[in-house]
Amino acid sequence: MNQSRTSTDLQTVLRQEVEKSAGWRLFIQTVIARAYPRIIGQQREKSWMFFDIFLPIMAVSAYVFVYRAIQAPEDYVGFVIMGGAMTAFWMNVLWSMSSQLYWEKETGNLALYIMAPNSMMAILLGMALGGIVATTLRAGVIVVLGSLLFRVSYAVVSFPQLLAVFILAMVALYGMGMMFASVYLLLSREAWHISNLAQEPVYLLSGFYFPIKNFNFWVALGASVIPLTLGLDAMRQLAFKTGASLGFLSVNMELGILLGLSILFLLAARFLLRYMEKLAIREGRLTESRR
Amino acid sequence: MSSVNLRTTSSFSLKPESRLDVMIRTFRLSAWLGWQIESNWADPFLFAIYSLIKPLAGAAILVVMYSVITRGDFDSPIFPYIYLGNAFYMYVGQVMTGISWAVIDDREHYKTLRYVYVSPIHYPTYLLGRGVARFLIASISVVVTILFGILFLRLQIDLAAVNWGLLLIALIVGVNMLAMMGLILASVMLLLVHHMWGIGDAVASALYLFSGAIFPLEVLPDFLRPIGYIMPLTYWLELMRRAMVGEVAMAFPTLAGYSNGQLMGILIGMTVAFALLSGVIFRFCERRAKERGLFDIVTNY
Repeated sequence: MNQSRTSTDLQTVLRQEVEKSAGWRLFIQTVIARAYPRIIGQQREKSWMFFDIFLPIMAVSAYVFVYRAIQAPEDYVGFVIMGGAMTAFWMNVLWSMSSQLYWEKETGNLALYIMAPNSMMAILLGMALGGIVATTLRAGVIVVLGSLLFRVSYAVVSFPQLLAVFILAMVALYGMGMMFASVYLLLSREAWHISNLAQEPVYLLSGFYFPIKNFNFWVALGASVIPLTLGLDAMRQLAFKTGASLGFLSVNMELGILLGLSILFLLAARFLLRYMEKLAIREGRLTESRR
Repeated sequence: MSSVNLRTTSSFSLKPESRLDVMIRTFRLSAWLGWQIESNWADPFLFAIYSLIKPLAGAAILVVMYSVITRGDFDSPIFPYIYLGNAFYMYVGQVMTGISWAVIDDREHYKTLRYVYVSPIHYPTYLLGRGVARFLIASISVVVTILFGILFLRLQIDLAAVNWGLLLIALIVGVNMLAMMGLILASVMLLLVHHMWGIGDAVASALYLFSGAIFPLEVLPDFLRPIGYIMPLTYWLELMRRAMVGEVAMAFPTLAGYSNGQLMGILIGMTVAFALLSGVIFRFCERRAKERGLFDIVTNY
């Protein structure tokens, strides 16, 4: 009698305290839950901050000294600092978005993600939001430190436009990362090599260290598929005195293209995620570990 | 009959090997293992493209930066300085970090470090052998990058005027120096848990900046310049440039006061110092890693 009452009480308490989430509420909770370790993780392991700021500063400094050695105009130093800061976002998208589901597969979490009653899109969105917040902090420190070290002078034309370009570039970039993440679902150890390969060629094509106007028009247009290409170009146009004269397209046109890329990549990510998840389940590749 | 065979096999396999035999066997097998790990994830054609795209793109960034500012003045002596320095620097990233990366790969990824370590091998030699594959890949990348420069960027290298003897000796000494630096880094990796991913890149980036790989040391602020002079890479890169483009490289004031023989002497001295240091550091880190039970730790790959 006593035992059955206790059991009933427990059930009542559980019913009261464990409220089942569903729909948008579950979606948002999943986003927050996945973003949480990205933001909190870096507070707990501060050494990452050192490596993520120290390494780009080193690379950026080397390129700054190359420009100094060949007596480039001072604005190019600013271009390199800005490009160096944006490498943090590209690295984050490559290694912590695109490759993330591969890492999760390696550590055995991927199957749990799929089994859990939440949306994979929410998990990817959480990773993206957490990544943007954490990486913006790092990129900001790189810009501030680099600008102080090399005495970069800025001549911002329009802060609202600069902010709009940055936000749209981030949405498009992380949308692209979400799309890649779904493709990486099918990959095994080649995922690591593909991410490794997509660094220098992208730094080159996207003009991380020089204005892309110097490329042939069609090459620059092709490179514009990577959102950072136009994002960087527009930001340089808006932030430096000589930026506008070295811009590839007008800022408004670049804003329009970035908006289009944002929508395209987010929709493609949603479609591809569903398709790839089904394909990966059918081919039994969600839990494989080919090392 | 089978009992006799077994006895023969046993007596054969139990024949004691000399320390040198163990080291040679270890080096040969770990070099083969390293090559398999590096290359067998893709078919040979794809792997060749993969191995070339990355270094060529890295070189192309510098070429575009240079041509944007100088409007394509590839005849200036600074161009071969930058281009060759960057090309030979590929050895640094590949050999040095390749050797140290073997610790992470075995411990965190394949989870085989404990088995490798307890097997009858000479572990430091095993680590050095793992760098061979990266050395081969780097060599191909360096050759292709330089050929690309000669064929398409008017890189002024007269093959008949190249000091091949100096190039070969400097390459051999330099790669050994990089291997010793890699062994030091690998020893430190044995003790690292959370920071291991970034440490190799951090060291390579620091060397890239301070060794005058892509710009003369005179460009660095005065207070940073001495760092470049204490790095063996500075002397190695200078020797490699002098072997390839002779007087063009000697025109830069950084090490103009030193003859090739003096530079080689400094490089050999530093390589020997690093070899001795690597032995001491490896033994220290190995003992500490054992004491702290770090050989079989997995920090969640």
